[in-house]
Amino acid sequence: MSKNSKGLPDDYLHYPHRSYGMDHDRYSWSMLQNRQPVKWPNGASLAIWVNVAVQYFPLDQQGIPFKVPGGMTMPYPDLRHYSLRDYGNRVGIFRFLEAFDKYGITPTFALNTRLAQRTPYLMDILKERGNEILCHGYHMDALHYSGQDIVVEDALVERALNELRELSGQAVTGWLSPARNESENTPDILVKHNIDYFCDWVNDDMPYHYNTDSKSLIAMPLSNELEDRFVIINNQHSERSWGEQVCDACDFLLEEAKTQGGRILGINIHPWLLGQPHRIKYLEDTLAHIMDKPGVWSASASEIMQSWDQQHPR
Amino acid sequence: MREDPEFYDYWPYHNRPKITWPNGARVAFWVAPNIEYYELNPPSNPYRQAWPQASPAVAGYSIRDYGNRVGHSRQMDLLDKYGIRGSISLSTALCDHHPEIIAACRERDWEFFSHGIYNTRYTYGMSGEQERSMIRDSMLSIHKHTGQKCAGYLAPALSHSEQTLDLFAEVGTELFGDQAAFYTCDLFHDDQPTPIKLRSEKKFVSVPYSLEMNDTIAFAVNKIEPRRYGEQLKRNFDRLYQEGAQSGTIMCIPTHNYQVSCPHRLKAFEEALEYITGHSDVWVTTGKEIASYFIDNYYETVLADISAKKGNNHE
Repeated sequence: MSKNSKGLPDDYLHYPHRSYGMDHDRYSWSMLQNRQPVKWPNGASLAIWVNVAVQYFPLDQQGIPFKVPGGMTMPYPDLRHYSLRDYGNRVGIFRFLEAFDKYGITPTFALNTRLAQRTPYLMDILKERGNEILCHGYHMDALHYSGQDIVVEDALVERALNELRELSGQAVTGWLSPARNESENTPDILVKHNIDYFCDWVNDDMPYHYNTDSKSLIAMPLSNELEDRFVIINNQHSERSWGEQVCDACDFLLEEAKTQGGRILGINIHPWLLGQPHRIKYLEDTLAHIMDKPGVWSASASEIMQSWDQQHPR
Repeated sequence: MREDPEFYDYWPYHNRPKITWPNGARVAFWVAPNIEYYELNPPSNPYRQAWPQASPAVAGYSIRDYGNRVGHSRQMDLLDKYGIRGSISLSTALCDHHPEIIAACRERDWEFFSHGIYNTRYTYGMSGEQERSMIRDSMLSIHKHTGQKCAGYLAPALSHSEQTLDLFAEVGTELFGDQAAFYTCDLFHDDQPTPIKLRSEKKFVSVPYSLEMNDTIAFAVNKIEPRRYGEQLKRNFDRLYQEGAQSGTIMCIPTHNYQVSCPHRLKAFEEALEYITGHSDVWVTTGKEIASYFIDNYYETVLADISAKKGNNHE
């Protein structure tokens, strides 16, 4: 920049939040290594949370305020992306279910409410299995974002939750925002609609209390860096490498758990991606590696959350 | 604007005078953990935005917070295991936000150098006085919280002005004389130290810090696999170790606790640390120690060689 520049406004060198803790009041500063060790049921070391994102990407995508990753990218009608995402809900998910049953996985399904409305057959199967369903927003193009009208967002959350609760027959107490995007009000709105935990924030490997304008939420650790979409599509790594990364994470966390207490391995996966014929083997091999380890506990997000919650009274 | 920043003359990697590190080591090896604080909602800079979306940028902010909450202790355990003292590139506001991290680094006698106040406050657009004041604030903060006289600089988020290195050197002299502000990590032109030309003519050196071995560049920009990163670190070391027999080289691994300390990346990183520190002729050291050793032993020799090679008459 020029030496003659008048410079930036004065507030650029003022630091109003420069003091102990965080620069906001949503949660307290705390280092994982300094916390009381957590104990999982039956002396397990590592809770395995397999989270399946079951998504609906509308063809008439509005892209407000951005085009969701994984969504339509071509001029309307983007049949290639619409139908390829649909593949996951028709074909891929059935490969997933078979793999989960074979390796003793208790999955959690993060459902877009719109998908639940559109696929009663699949919903019947999920209800029959009895696995936990959490709400992944209304659909992938119904984003929560900064500056969104609070009344509009509140109605969006209410609709997504009411309809999913009715269709699933479950209480639905967990939330994952589409694209993990939030407005400044999202956590406050979620609590108002009886959400107990959410999975958007990736700042910890263990749960923690997240403040809202009423009671606190529990933030659950669902790694973004390890999810199949991030590794395979964003980073362009092979499916084999995705499997290696998850296995390396599993081995590391098991080792850390020996001295620091229970840990969680959160794996977020998409049937439209790993459910492809050329990728499903790598999911299966990865689940086999994990479930073969002594001390793993495959559980739903709520089971893990509740066990942690009992050890951390508010 | 200039065609060339004019910090150094061309100095070919050919027939250079021999540098030998302490105890006959061939490679000076240092690890530079960036311990950073990114703000959730920083004031806007006209030249560069901190986050891709309006606040809250949940994904970007929260993974960086992960580095401090979770990652720091993991990397520290590893560096302890392999006898490495970190040279911290520090967002100095972290002294106020997270003193626990500063205390743990102090206990281990790690080096602290300035990486600005926050990694979400860029140098772009600052007046000279503003930049001077920001640098001074950061050096005073390090001194107040650690007792150290800050020797090195890496501009916040690698955001520079034409005067950055001059201002850093001058503020250091003002505060602590020649004991502070004598090296920079901002330049990537060499595998050996280079004397840097400043308007003050202070002895000042560029210590190779390596953009290529930086985990954020590897993982977030080049998007490579964790195991490939581990391989790159080993091959980088192999060549520098081989060439270091002729004249001492420097290998740096700049890290970020939100990148390399994720559970799926630590194993490959540890294998590389074990490999590198398992070699005999390696000086495991810090940025400041490298800069001081070079200034005390080779600064003039190297200046003379650079000067001799200014023309095209190689013998």
